Amino acid sequence: MQVLIVIVVPLLLSALAGPAAAETIYVSNEQDNTVAVIDGATMTLSATIDVGRRPRGLALSADKKILFVAEGDGNRIDVVDLAKRQIVGQLPTGADPEFFVVHPDGKRLFVANENDNLVSVVDIAAAQVIGTVDVGVEPEGMAVSPDGRYVACTSETSSMVHLIDAGSLELVDNLLVDTRPRAAAFSPDGKRLWVSSEIRGTVTVFDTLTRAQTGKVQFEVQGIRREGVQAVGIEMSRNGGTAYVALGPANRVAEVDTGTLAVRRLYLVGQRPWHVALSDDQKHLISANGNSGDISFIDLENDEVLKSLPVGRGPWGVVVGP
Amino acid sequence: MHDDGVSRRRRRRAERLVTALLALLLFVVPGSAEPQPIAIGYLGQTRSPPMPLGPLDHFAADDGVQGARLGIADDDSTGRFLGQRFRLVERSLKPGEPPQDAIRQFAGEGITFVVADLDAGPLTQALAATGAERMLLFNSRASDDSLRQEACRKNLLHTIPSRAMLADGLAQYLAWKGWRHWFLLVGPHPEDQAMAAAFRRAAARFGAEISVDQAWIFRPANGRADTGHVTLQTEIPAATQVADYDVLVVADEADEFGAYLEGRTALPRPVVGTQGLVATGWSAVNQEWGATQLQERFRRQAGRWMMSSDYAAWLAVRSVGEAATRLNSVDPAAISVYIRGSEFLLAGFKGQGLSFRAWDGQMRQPILIAGSRLLVSSSPQPGFLHQRTPLDTLGIDLEESTCKS
Repeated sequence: MQVLIVIVVPLLLSALAGPAAAETIYVSNEQDNTVAVIDGATMTLSATIDVGRRPRGLALSADKKILFVAEGDGNRIDVVDLAKRQIVGQLPTGADPEFFVVHPDGKRLFVANENDNLVSVVDIAAAQVIGTVDVGVEPEGMAVSPDGRYVACTSETSSMVHLIDAGSLELVDNLLVDTRPRAAAFSPDGKRLWVSSEIRGTVTVFDTLTRAQTGKVQFEVQGIRREGVQAVGIEMSRNGGTAYVALGPANRVAEVDTGTLAVRRLYLVGQRPWHVALSDDQKHLISANGNSGDISFIDLENDEVLKSLPVGRGPWGVVVGP
Repeated sequence: MHDDGVSRRRRRRAERLVTALLALLLFVVPGSAEPQPIAIGYLGQTRSPPMPLGPLDHFAADDGVQGARLGIADDDSTGRFLGQRFRLVERSLKPGEPPQDAIRQFAGEGITFVVADLDAGPLTQALAATGAERMLLFNSRASDDSLRQEACRKNLLHTIPSRAMLADGLAQYLAWKGWRHWFLLVGPHPEDQAMAAAFRRAAARFGAEISVDQAWIFRPANGRADTGHVTLQTEIPAATQVADYDVLVVADEADEFGAYLEGRTALPRPVVGTQGLVATGWSAVNQEWGATQLQERFRRQAGRWMMSSDYAAWLAVRSVGEAATRLNSVDPAAISVYIRGSEFLLAGFKGQGLSFRAWDGQMRQPILIAGSRLLVSSSPQPGFLHQRTPLDTLGIDLEESTCKS
């Protein structure tokens, strides 16, 4: 009996300490032209996959067997088979794709074409652009509502978020936000739309249906001047209660209560976090830190940064898969 | 009969209604569907090509105005979602032509915002012209510190960096490198003297020592002469035969001799300043902070790279657009107030928001340290602190300002 406890307890402890088993983290390395593959359980780098030039935006297919990687300088999206860990195809996107989303129908990608002021709609199976929507100058952040009805796109120079009807591809509304918006995210119930502003260091929250602004978060970091606090990537918890926002040159990730819009805490991560992603069990957050070439693992149960792991040059996008 | 009368009356009533509706449409529709555009004036100078130094040098006669045009296109792309339109009214002065008439014309057209892509002389004349007092002028060309100091005006903003800002940006980078001993080599023109004065001020501010301070006394040579390099190969080492130093800082705004220095100095030392590693508000080599998109848009429009005067003119037009967007208004008075206010922040592809200094109207902005093919750095450098914003470590600070306007 004693022996059994000796064996079981450490096993339990190790299972509790690390991220959930059989979880894989994918990080795009903008300067290395690779995607880093990280084992979530051991928090170690297990492989790097060569992809096209200047990879940034990442997303998993509906069945989570494929990783789509936007090639900023290659003007296409690489289709990476995650079992083989290699590129098995390419999708056309129009010029300079930076960020994109997979529609809940699993059949279409919505891609921001930064150079052309367009959102392109790509049919994944046919590998064809099947539609475009004119938006403001330098479209960047993309989000899709959980019910698939709306696609949101931010335009950096126009300082707007454009709400697109995903069916008719008509612009439903164009909402002014703070200067140089980067990311957009819908709440899990689809009722709220969050948009980050890089230059102002804010997140603006809208009611999706009425399009009224329901609140704003102004991020502040003690000891860092206003211009050094910039808001970039946003990740929502599955229960919708918490949002995590990467604060770029402030080297912090903010944890925001979505009800009160109060900043609960700031996590000190690597240099210039661009994007963040939650583990499937929601117990860990991973930030891709562009300037320090690493990712930070944050333990959300104990509110501490567990580990930094070097993954390559210019980590930008991050997603968590099986 | 009766039926006919009724139907006639009905028809007449219907006709009257249609006429009234048409009249209403004629009056109402143009005003509501087609908003009055915000007109922005652009005043440039016809410039003659300088003596080319090398075969890769490119003279752009449309330097400046192309930036203003792109600014209008960007303003319009945003404005179409808000029912705002923008229009550029371009004028160019012939060599020697005074700017007064052009300003008067702008005033007659009800134009409030003017991008003044002018040298300091014509700019000062433009400010004194009748009608200018009701305008807001954006200086997108003249880097003269005097325009920010004693000659400053309430209705003059500067989107081009001052010489003091350029020199401070470079000096911070040299301090960060630890290249503290400078050989300052100064051209013969008043502009070169002014740039040299800015370098001396920057050296004193950031702890550099000017070991050698020397004037360039040679006449401008014609580098295109066949085997011209042979003469230069002997002349430049002789001209740079001085006591030891870390870095050669050259002040040659007319681009007459600075380009001859690299690779030819007596001692093997880097060349920085107006040639070599340059300090500038904008450069074609900048591809950071999302600048790739701006550079690409510009190149598609102009068929060449964006230069610092293009960028400064773009900043001016975008400032008006940004204010109109934020205010959701085309009222010139409100826009003018907002641009100068503390809420104003323009995204300019240099990593942080840009705004105007209240004390002299200068746009605070990072200074790029640019090599010939790549961006080397951007100032302010880490560690240079300031009580307001690190951007105010560049150029003339509030406490030093002699602007009384």
